[in-house]
Amino acid sequence: MVKREYMLGNVAIARGIVEGGGQVISGYPGTPSSEIIGTLAGMKERNFYVEWSVNEKVALEVAAGAAMTGVRSVVTMKHVGLNVAADPLMTLAYTGVKGSMVIIVADDPSCHSSQNEQDTRRYSQFSLIPCLDPCTPQEAKDMMPYAFEISNKLQMPVIFRPTTRISHGKSDVELGPVNEDMPAADFQKDLERWVMVPKNARIQHPRLLELQKDILEELEDSPWNVLELSDSSSVGIIASGIASVYAKEAVLKQGIDASFLKIGTYPVPEKKIRTLMENTERIIIFEEMEPVVEEQVRIIAQETGSDVEILGKIEGPVPRIFELNTDVCADVLADVLGLERSDVPADRGEDFDYDRCRVELPMRPPVMCPGCSHRATFHVMKKVYGKNAIFPSDIGCYTLGIQSGTVDTTLCMGGSITVASGMYQAGEKKPICCSIGDSTFFHTGMNGLLNAIYNKADITVTIVDNRTTAMTGHQPNPGMGKLATGEQTTEVCLETLCKSMGAGFVETVDPYDLNKAEEVFRRAKDYKGTSVVITEQLCVIDAKRSGIRRKPFTIDADKCVGCKKCVYLGCPAIEFDVEAKKASINMMCTGCGVCDRLCMFEAISEVKK
Amino acid sequence: MSAEGISTFDLIIAGVGGQGTILASDIIGKAAVKEDMSVRAAETHGMAQRGGSVVNHVRLGCELGSMIPLKGADVLLALEPSEALRYMEYLAEDGVILVNTEPILPVTVTSGLCTYPDIDEILSVMKEEREVKAFNATDLAKEAGHPQSMNVVMVGAVSNYLPVSVDTLLECVKELVPPKTVDINVRAFEMGRSVTQG
Repeated sequence: MVKREYMLGNVAIARGIVEGGGQVISGYPGTPSSEIIGTLAGMKERNFYVEWSVNEKVALEVAAGAAMTGVRSVVTMKHVGLNVAADPLMTLAYTGVKGSMVIIVADDPSCHSSQNEQDTRRYSQFSLIPCLDPCTPQEAKDMMPYAFEISNKLQMPVIFRPTTRISHGKSDVELGPVNEDMPAADFQKDLERWVMVPKNARIQHPRLLELQKDILEELEDSPWNVLELSDSSSVGIIASGIASVYAKEAVLKQGIDASFLKIGTYPVPEKKIRTLMENTERIIIFEEMEPVVEEQVRIIAQETGSDVEILGKIEGPVPRIFELNTDVCADVLADVLGLERSDVPADRGEDFDYDRCRVELPMRPPVMCPGCSHRATFHVMKKVYGKNAIFPSDIGCYTLGIQSGTVDTTLCMGGSITVASGMYQAGEKKPICCSIGDSTFFHTGMNGLLNAIYNKADITVTIVDNRTTAMTGHQPNPGMGKLATGEQTTEVCLETLCKSMGAGFVETVDPYDLNKAEEVFRRAKDYKGTSVVITEQLCVIDAKRSGIRRKPFTIDADKCVGCKKCVYLGCPAIEFDVEAKKASINMMCTGCGVCDRLCMFEAISEVKK
Repeated sequence: MSAEGISTFDLIIAGVGGQGTILASDIIGKAAVKEDMSVRAAETHGMAQRGGSVVNHVRLGCELGSMIPLKGADVLLALEPSEALRYMEYLAEDGVILVNTEPILPVTVTSGLCTYPDIDEILSVMKEEREVKAFNATDLAKEAGHPQSMNVVMVGAVSNYLPVSVDTLLECVKELVPPKTVDINVRAFEMGRSVTQG
C-alpha cells in the first residue's frame, strides 16, 4: 500500500524537494512560505545543503550559483520577497541554469499576513520564466520533481507558486520515491552564457524568446492541465491553481453541466483553451488575484476570431481583490447561469450580520505577546520623542505597535530607515525615530542605515533586537550565531556593525529597564546626526522555550488608584475593571516587570511564593 | 451540511491564537487519515496567531478545497464563547455548536475600548438559531491536570460526532501531545467525551 501522511502544504512541498533530489536550498522566511526550509533544516538526516539567507536577493543568487554548477537548487520566499530578488531573476532568465532551479514564491491572496496582494504569475510573464500553480498540497508535492525535471530539460529556472491555502492547508499526501541520484557540482566556464555583458545579453535575449515555444509545448500536455469536455453544455469553466478546486466544488454542489479546464502551468495551455473555445459559447474564468489566464484567453479569442463570451475579473463578475472560495465561485456561477443558491441566505453580506444576533462582539486584533519587549521600547520612544514625532516602522512583530501609536509608516522590508531619511531630507522638522527588527535590519535595513549615515540624516534608528525572526516562526539570523540547522556560526554584533558603517552614536539597552532606556533615548534624540539605539531583549516566546522563568506580577487593589498608566501599555495580561476602577493582572503575565516600573503608587509587585 | 460527493464531515474550529486550535485539528485530521479518509484542512498561521481570532476548517472525506462554504459545517467547535458567535455563519442550520464557556478577554476589552458581551446572552442568541452544547472546558482541563489541555477536552467533546473511531482519536492524542502530558490529555479527552455523550 502507498504511504499516506497528513501534512501541512509546506511540509508536502519540502517532501517534494526531497523526492526530486534537491541539493541546495536557500530562502528568507516570509509567511506563508517559511515552513518549507524550516522542515528541511529540521530533518535529522540530510543529503542536501539548506540555509536561511539574509534576504531574498541573496537567497536567489545562492540558488542560481548552485544551479550554474549543475546541481538541483531551490529558493523559497513570499511574494513580496521576489521584488527584492527581481534583479537577479530577470537576468537569470537570460543565462538560464545548467542543473535545475526552482524558485518557490508563496502568494498571499487577501493579505492574511502581508502588505499587498501581488501576483507572482506576473513575474513569470515579465521574466519569461515558466510557472507552476498547484491546486492541492498533493499536487504541490508531485509538481516538485517535475519542476526539477523540466528546469533541467529546458535549462531554465522554474517559478513555483503556492498560495496561502496550499502552503498553510493540511491534507493527506501520498508519498513518492526519493531521487537519490545527485549530480556533482562542476562549473564549466562559458562566457557567452554566464557573463551578461551587453554583447552576450544581446545573444541571450533572442534565445530566451525562441525558447518560449519549447516551454509552451513542454507544459501544454503536462499532467497539471486537464480538459474535461461536456457534450451537452455550451458553458466552459477555466480555473487555475487552487481556484480550480473551489470552482469544482461549486459546480458539483449546484449540479452544473459545463466543460472544465483546470490550468496548472504558465504559459497557459493554448491548444486546450482553443479546444474549449471551439466547444463552448461562454467561458467563465476563476483564478486567484490577477486576470492572468483571462488576458491570455482574450488574446487567443482575438487571434482565432472566436466570438465566445469571456467572463472573468477584468469587467467582472469575478472579484479581482481578496481570495476566492467556493461561495464566491458558486455566487458567480449562479449569477451568470441564472441559478438560485438555496444553500445560503440571499441577504448575507461580506461580514456576519451581528445586529441580527443583538450581541456586539469585541474586536480581537492580533497583538504583541504579554511581556513583549517591543511594548516597552515603544513606551519609551513615545515618552522621549513625544506624540508629534514621526515613527516610521518596518515589517515584523513590532508592526503590531500600530496600536501603541509608534508605527506611522510600514512600506516594505527595510523601509523604515530610508523613509525616515527621506522625511528628514524633505525638511521635516518634527523629531523622527524609526524602528526596525534585528532580522529586518540584516535583510535590507543595513543599506538604509549606511545611506542615512552617509547622507547625514538627523534621525534615530531603533533596532528592536529580540534575537530572532519572530513573526515568521523564530528563524535564526546572523545576529544569533546559529544556522538554519542549529549549528553554531559567527555571531554578528549589531553594535559593531553600526559603528563600522560610521554611526557616531550607537548604544545598546535593555528595554525592560525603562529608566535606563529613557536616558539612552534622550541622548540619542539630542545627538546631531544618525543615532542608533539597540533595544535588546529576548523574544518572550523564545525566553519561555529556553527555560527562562520569571515570577508573575500582581496588583494590590488597595493601592491601585485606577490611573490606567499600566493599562495604556496595552499588555494582554493587564485588565481594567471599569466599575471598580481598578487594574488587575491575569494569568498571562510573563513577569517582564514593565508595569511595575511604571506604577507611581507602588501597587504592582512580584507574586510571592 | 457536508454534501455527498464533496465531503463526509465538515468541522469548524474557532478560538484565540495560543489556545491550541491547530493541535486540535491535527489530532482529528491525522486520525481520519489513519482510517483511510481524505482530509483537507485550512489553518490560521502568521500574524493573526498573536492573540488574534483564529479559525480552522477541517473537512473529512473531502478531496477538493480546504475551505468550508458558509452554512456548510456539521459542527462548530469553539474554544472560546465570543469566537463561537463570530464564526456561526459557517454552521449548517441543523449543525451543532460545542462551546467552551470560559472567555478570553481581548486587549480591546482589557484596556476598556470595547465591552465583552454577557456569556449567557451569547449562549441564548446561539441557542435561538442552533443546537448548542455549552460547558466550561477550561475547568475540566484543570481537573484533568492542566488548563492547557482544554483543546483536548474539546476534541473529546467533538469525538461523539466525528466519523472517526475513539480509539484512533486517542491514539493520535497520545502521538501529538508532549510526551510528559499524555496522561493529563487522555483524561482531558475522556472528560470532554463524557460531556457530550447521550
